[in-house]
Amino acid sequence: MSNPVSQWSPANQERAERILAAYPERRSALMPLLYVASLEHRYASDEAMEEVAALTGVTAAQVRSVATFYTMFRQEPVGDYLVSVCTSISCHLLGGEDVLASVEEATGVRHGGTGEDGTFSVEHVECIGACGGAPAVQVNYELIEGVTPDKAQSLVAWLSDTRPDVVLADEMQQLFGGVRSFDWGPPEPDGAVRPVPAFAPYGSAKEGR
Amino acid sequence: MSELILTSRMDAHPADSNTLARYQATGGYEALRKALNEMTPDQVVDAVKASNMRGRGGAGFPTGVKWGFLADASPRYLVINADESEPGTFKDRQLLERDPHQLLEGIIISSFALGVDQAYVYVRGEYPKPARRLQRAIDEAYEAGLLGTDILGSGFALDVLIHLGGGAYICGEETALLNSLEGRRGEPRLKPPFPAVEGLYAKPTIVNNVESISNVPWITLHGGDAYAAIGPERSAGTRLFSLSGHVKKPGNYEIVMGITWGEMIYEIGGGIRDDRALKAWIPGGASAPWLVPSEHLETLVTIDDATEHGTMLGSGAIVVMDETTNVVAAARNIVKFFAHESCGQCTPCREGTSWLDDILQRILEGEGRPEDIDLLLDVSDNISPGLGWPPAMTTICPLGPSATAPITSIMRWFRPEVEAMIGMPEVANA
Repeated sequence: MSNPVSQWSPANQERAERILAAYPERRSALMPLLYVASLEHRYASDEAMEEVAALTGVTAAQVRSVATFYTMFRQEPVGDYLVSVCTSISCHLLGGEDVLASVEEATGVRHGGTGEDGTFSVEHVECIGACGGAPAVQVNYELIEGVTPDKAQSLVAWLSDTRPDVVLADEMQQLFGGVRSFDWGPPEPDGAVRPVPAFAPYGSAKEGR
Repeated sequence: MSELILTSRMDAHPADSNTLARYQATGGYEALRKALNEMTPDQVVDAVKASNMRGRGGAGFPTGVKWGFLADASPRYLVINADESEPGTFKDRQLLERDPHQLLEGIIISSFALGVDQAYVYVRGEYPKPARRLQRAIDEAYEAGLLGTDILGSGFALDVLIHLGGGAYICGEETALLNSLEGRRGEPRLKPPFPAVEGLYAKPTIVNNVESISNVPWITLHGGDAYAAIGPERSAGTRLFSLSGHVKKPGNYEIVMGITWGEMIYEIGGGIRDDRALKAWIPGGASAPWLVPSEHLETLVTIDDATEHGTMLGSGAIVVMDETTNVVAAARNIVKFFAHESCGQCTPCREGTSWLDDILQRILEGEGRPEDIDLLLDVSDNISPGLGWPPAMTTICPLGPSATAPITSIMRWFRPEVEAMIGMPEVANA
């Protein structure tokens, strides 16, 4: 059988093999592989879904039906920095909507959209488990707690200016965060390289400076 | 506080409580040694049964009883539910980030007890850092012979795999989680069969919450009776509560159940920001009906007292609202959440949650109609007939009924406020 992902980087091909081998049934690898494919294609493109279908032994339509059920598999190109603002109840009570408005203004991108130059995508999201540090924001799923509208503007400007290769939660928290849900403990060495959750087995995590 | 079970290590050793070295230096994996060397699997199950621990994910079902339902077929699976998504809840995130070995030791002991050689941890996709911390713990454990084949020379073998979700609240429901883990849409399954009989890949499967399993090492080491002796009889053990909203000191607090709500909010939570008046609080995540200061400050924080007052401790998430809160806007925020997260299988939930959202939206925009008050209750009643507690169900899972909790709450405690907004944009937008 020909390799459906021969054009993927060798490292990602290896990851895909390991992921497939880790489950008793290939189909279980569908969502993890969608993340890997989203790294290869920058989003869960039609091609990405076809590749995942071939790897897992289901049809592309089945992959699409799964991908569209969840919010984190993007079917359209997404910016380098996905800024997600929580507006669920605890963040709502402490001004999450104001933070969202501030991010929209600073990026010029409305909820659910991506800027023309491909730098930013912006969305409001449901609860991200940072309620003790509300309002909370994630950049490429890396968390910042206790964000004010002003700090959110500074965050956007900083991302635009410095364009970090690896988005690190501790660095952003220090610069733009406030109250945290709890003591975060030791610094976290890994961060996100793309708007895909940064997790080493999926190839999406990278050590920062 | 001598009764702390879950958080004492991270409090004492903030710099490295997540590492194997610190975990072992503070008594970690002694419970596993005890289980493997001195106990039979049934003895571990019996200890968890004797502990009377009730599941910490939301439903409060006794963990030992759940384990007792596991069917006698092979293979069997243990799946850890780390899809923490109930608005207001952030306790499992702390357990995963700050003491992942405690959870992992619980997983290994539980797998030994249940005859499982493959465990999965389903971590919500928005929790990459907790997943990374747990993955490092898993890597350390493999290297130290605490996972893999022949664990600590006992002959017992176990593999643990982290699986990231894709951003869907409903996957916290255990059968939806299993579908998701199988690479399917996260749609809840009709029960029975329950997962303990037909779960992952139609094999017997136990699905337990992160906090529940994090208690297993302590229970193994000290005995189920010692755990059962902590706190009120039917709310045994300590519990991690997530406090958020308008309190002065938000955060996770491990406490013994049985204090009053007044103590919870004013002592543990430090009172209300700017010393304003308390208006209402959600006692157990967005799915729980609200409590109010005029009625419930002296009520005890236990699972059974919550039920008696028509609500639940749920996931342990307490969201506090002060006197400035627009309760209709807060209720709409929660209803909108459920409308967004409805999987769409059941008509009452799929249609009803969006209807409730639309009605609340127009009330908030000052375009509410007098009949909207009854309509809100009527639609809610169609999702959850009788609007009682625990909710009656017309749906496969409790998501739809959960969306009626904020509606019944504002109608019960703040009805004049809702009525005052009808057709009054200036009131609605105040």
